[in-house]
Amino acid sequence: MAEKLTQEQVSQLEKYAQSIRYSIVQMVTEAQSGHPGGSLSAADILTTLYFAEMNVNPNDPQAASRDRFVLSKGHAAPVLYATLAEKGFFPKEELLTLRRIDSRLQGHPSMKNLPGIDMSTGSLGQGLSAAAGLALAARLDNSASRVYTVLGDGELEEGMVWEAAMFATHYKLDNLTAFVDFNGLQIDGPISEVLSPLPIPEKWAAFNWHVIQIDGHDIQAIYDAIQTAKTIKGKPTMIVAQTIKGKGVCEMENIADWHGKAPSRQQCDLFLSQLNELEAQ
Amino acid sequence: MGLATREAYGEILKELGGKYENIVVLDADLSKSTKTAVFAKAFPQRFFNVGIAEQNLMGVGAGLAAGGKIPFVSTFAMFAAGRAFEQIRNSICYPKLNVKIAATHAGLTVGEDGASHQAIEDISLMRSIPNMTVIVPADAEETRKAITFAAEYDGPVYIRLGRMAVPDLFAADYTFEHGKAVQLADGKDVTIIATGIMVGAANEAAKQLQDAGISARVLNIHTIKPIDKEAIIKAAADTGAIVTCEEHSIIGGLGSAVAEVLVENSPVPMERIGVCDTFGESGIPSALLKKYHLTAEDIAAAAKKVISRKK
Repeated sequence: MAEKLTQEQVSQLEKYAQSIRYSIVQMVTEAQSGHPGGSLSAADILTTLYFAEMNVNPNDPQAASRDRFVLSKGHAAPVLYATLAEKGFFPKEELLTLRRIDSRLQGHPSMKNLPGIDMSTGSLGQGLSAAAGLALAARLDNSASRVYTVLGDGELEEGMVWEAAMFATHYKLDNLTAFVDFNGLQIDGPISEVLSPLPIPEKWAAFNWHVIQIDGHDIQAIYDAIQTAKTIKGKPTMIVAQTIKGKGVCEMENIADWHGKAPSRQQCDLFLSQLNELEAQ
Repeated sequence: MGLATREAYGEILKELGGKYENIVVLDADLSKSTKTAVFAKAFPQRFFNVGIAEQNLMGVGAGLAAGGKIPFVSTFAMFAAGRAFEQIRNSICYPKLNVKIAATHAGLTVGEDGASHQAIEDISLMRSIPNMTVIVPADAEETRKAITFAAEYDGPVYIRLGRMAVPDLFAADYTFEHGKAVQLADGKDVTIIATGIMVGAANEAAKQLQDAGISARVLNIHTIKPIDKEAIIKAAADTGAIVTCEEHSIIGGLGSAVAEVLVENSPVPMERIGVCDTFGESGIPSALLKKYHLTAEDIAAAAKKVISRKK
């Protein structure tokens, strides 16, 4: 078993996550458009991946040996952009160009526009297939590169996800680790009411994935699950991360309406001060 | 009779597999029909059957290309261009990934399987996507050259292949020029522009017209996108009338692509031979071609009609 993170490391990662959340609220407000709820829910997962695990170098974003990340729930682009900027792939000021004309920060991630994006996504259901293809390419190259992807829980309603689920186990893609950002809400309401994909862990287990269930806001738990996934041979791993949509901004938490709505400037000031208070704690 | 274009695809793919280590091949449970099984036998470690799952076929292809591979993905045209259209658009063409979609069993000549399997919209769908190249080879040799081009070109390519055997039109020394029309006969009264399996019929029609004292130019347009505007404009200027022929709907395919060039540059009378906004049905290929007016006789009649429309 890999070593645990030190308390100091966890604190540092939590600071990154708060900074990323701060950026998400700022950029979506500035754009007056975008998807804050599902970006905030995935912030701890992306923070742990990019700051504690993945082999990526902002100065060499195309390095062949790098680990890959596919944001299958592409509408959560703000969390990916904020994470990449935090990591140094491009200046943080550029985050405020989100969704504007001529911006490299498209509404959904575009690999041809921005360094650090390994796959263009946005149309739900397609990211896991691309991640599986990347994992297969790495294996063909005998590369140690690992592939990570984050799916939404509502996204599991897309049939293509399950085509990819079968493919990844059939071809024993153990260099592929996926997350479900299990925040329980989609645009039209609770996933259990719109078209239930539940029970989620059991479905992935039935598709012969190794399944780990964690609290998706517990950095140490996220890190441990990633380390465990690296030890699982012969099958991919699905980390079902229980999360809170809008996590970190009280007014947004667990409210489906914040799926694709931008805060007003007044709300933004309040939300940012809340995030500052959280960080101070 | 020569080989079906899908047969030539299987052969050349195996040859290219020996030449380029980065070529990988994916199929969706139709490898015996699409002929990717030939590659699979030679390079089993680089062949992946995705099962009956065409959306994932395109998505995995995109991922492999993003990881530096040259994936050839094959299934029937109906399930490639039709079922997986949006995956081709968003996961392959939008990021301009190096995926080659070799779609077989296109058009009515799938035959007995009937309308559910007869893709007559695929050229239209594929050419409407930015970054996509669309190629429809006419015979076995042109297929070999087109597939070789696709393997060496960087970007998404859709190659439309057929089920039935077609006559050989080109010799081994044939040179495939991407985006360039091939003039098969010169003439001054009318130009017949054909693609795919209709090129043979166009040649035959030109001979029939010659017997009737009409001189027809024949152009083989293998690359529907980017289309050879220059050759089309020159044909309009030289012959003053155009007939297009395709085993595809008259909506959105070769006929539409040629019409777009003509109306913006040099409008001349034009007739379209193709499937006239209707579904196909079961039957042997020759019976289908006859019933849906895709024969040399139909082309010759259209040529006479279009000549009569000249001012």
